[in-house]
Amino acid sequence: MIVAEQKTLEEIKTLVGSAKNVLVAGCGTCVTVCFAGGSREAAIVAAELRMASKLAGDAKAVADVTVQRQCEWEYLDEIAEQVGKVDVVLSLGCGIGVQAIAEHFPNAWVVPGLNTKFMGLPTEQGVWAERCAACGDCILGLTGGVCPIARCSKSLLNGPCGGSLDGHCEINSDVSCAWQLIYDRLTSMDKLEVLMDIQPPKNWKTSRDGGPRKIVREDLRLGKEE
Amino acid sequence: MTNTNGYLSGSNLERVLKNGHFAVTAELGPPQNADRSVIIKKSALLKGYCDGVNLTDNQTAIVRMSSIGAGAILVQEGLEPIIQMVCRDRNRLAMQSDLLGAYALGIRNLLCLTGDHQSFGNHPGAKNVFDIDSAQMVQMVSEMRDKRIFQCGEEMKGQEPRFFVGAAESPFAHPVDFRPYRLGKKVKAGASFIQTQIVFDIPAFKKFMEKVRELGIHKQTYILPGVSPLKSPTMAKYMRDNVPGILIPDEIIKRMEAAGAIWAGKSKDELTPEDKKARSKAWQAEGIKICIETIQQLREVEGVSGVHIMAIEWEEAVKPIVEGAGLYPRPVVPAPEPQADKN
Repeated sequence: MIVAEQKTLEEIKTLVGSAKNVLVAGCGTCVTVCFAGGSREAAIVAAELRMASKLAGDAKAVADVTVQRQCEWEYLDEIAEQVGKVDVVLSLGCGIGVQAIAEHFPNAWVVPGLNTKFMGLPTEQGVWAERCAACGDCILGLTGGVCPIARCSKSLLNGPCGGSLDGHCEINSDVSCAWQLIYDRLTSMDKLEVLMDIQPPKNWKTSRDGGPRKIVREDLRLGKEE
Repeated sequence: MTNTNGYLSGSNLERVLKNGHFAVTAELGPPQNADRSVIIKKSALLKGYCDGVNLTDNQTAIVRMSSIGAGAILVQEGLEPIIQMVCRDRNRLAMQSDLLGAYALGIRNLLCLTGDHQSFGNHPGAKNVFDIDSAQMVQMVSEMRDKRIFQCGEEMKGQEPRFFVGAAESPFAHPVDFRPYRLGKKVKAGASFIQTQIVFDIPAFKKFMEKVRELGIHKQTYILPGVSPLKSPTMAKYMRDNVPGILIPDEIIKRMEAAGAIWAGKSKDELTPEDKKARSKAWQAEGIKICIETIQQLREVEGVSGVHIMAIEWEEAVKPIVEGAGLYPRPVVPAPEPQADKN
């Protein structure tokens, strides 16, 4: 899932600025699951904004609404009317949600209420960790299902570096050394020979380095009407 | 293909090693400014006492004079640079272009490193690169030399950069069992020499070398374990506790403490500046002594071809260490007949 974290109320207040009518837009998918921008959080942020603006003597009208997925036009159509009525939309979606609103409603002013952090998973209640960097050319088949691009601080393909100690990365003892994980897993699966080949330089063209990415599936596109 | 009379690069370090001499390399940390006189001063301390001088590349992710710039000054001063290059700060384009420039400036040895993470240094908010890793860098520069191609596979026209290419290994970093294999990968990639993380624990290093020999790697590359003179017991403990891959046996810590025993148990205020100076001198003398003994023990290990002395911000220590270890004067191996560059 996409994992995000709420911005501070201070920053949100600054982003909302002098707008009188505010719509806090939650998203019912990834950010709901990571407790950052679902309907519950949208209602709380709306209440906080109402309270803060009232205390500041500049009471705002703040409503909240949550769509199933901010990243799909169809779901955004449902809130078109509400969006049209406000001065600002505070999106509690990920960065994709914010942009989807901006693209779909050219006349709406939208600001982000979250910081989109990474693609990952919950490792325990209340803890999320990064797992994928969307490099566009998956190498997990070579590394026992542990991604060194996302999980090694240096994205090494022929690791580990000299900074690996007791299973931790040199940058922080809270960070696991991805190459230790890879080594342990390949050892336990009796597949260590995979690590003996030198992995060639990665072609980062499939990653963000190649420019903004796009997938076109001709088999799925709707044909033009004759 | 250009061949420098059987040498890959014809560098002094390569000649010394290829002719079977026990090599000595030393580290020089470039300054955090643009003052060439710092390099000249430090290089004067090393001249004649080593076969090559490692110039660190933004060591610990702190901005310093570039290793290539400092290396060019060393060439002018008649010393032999071994420039270090890390993967943190340059992509493959910048690496290759800088190495073409380094060769043109007379630099002939290159040590390929991963690089410390930028979060350690003075620009923790910097974006890192890590386009390629150190094994891939070794392969890239070896192929620039041997196949005369750029990393992209395009043929190089004109003079190719002919470096004596090295890599690093940290024998005691984790996972320890994998380290000899990782060394093997770097050698397979083309590393002609290996400089290691600092060694204090001789039995642990011997165990590492046993595996290296079992894999036959010592016959395909020159291994130069790293050594470092300790300045104080505090420094020793700091290194032991904070630097991954550095093992310091208790016995060495005890020796360092014993060297300052007569000042032990006294608070800061009880020690006069003279006391502190004398204590520091006693510690340093012991540190140098331990370093010399370490070198002598390493020299006996089969598969060790030399030592790499890392006297961090203490280049003055290199001379007494090299002399004390009986490694002075350094061998003179005549350079191969000069060959005209092809263009």
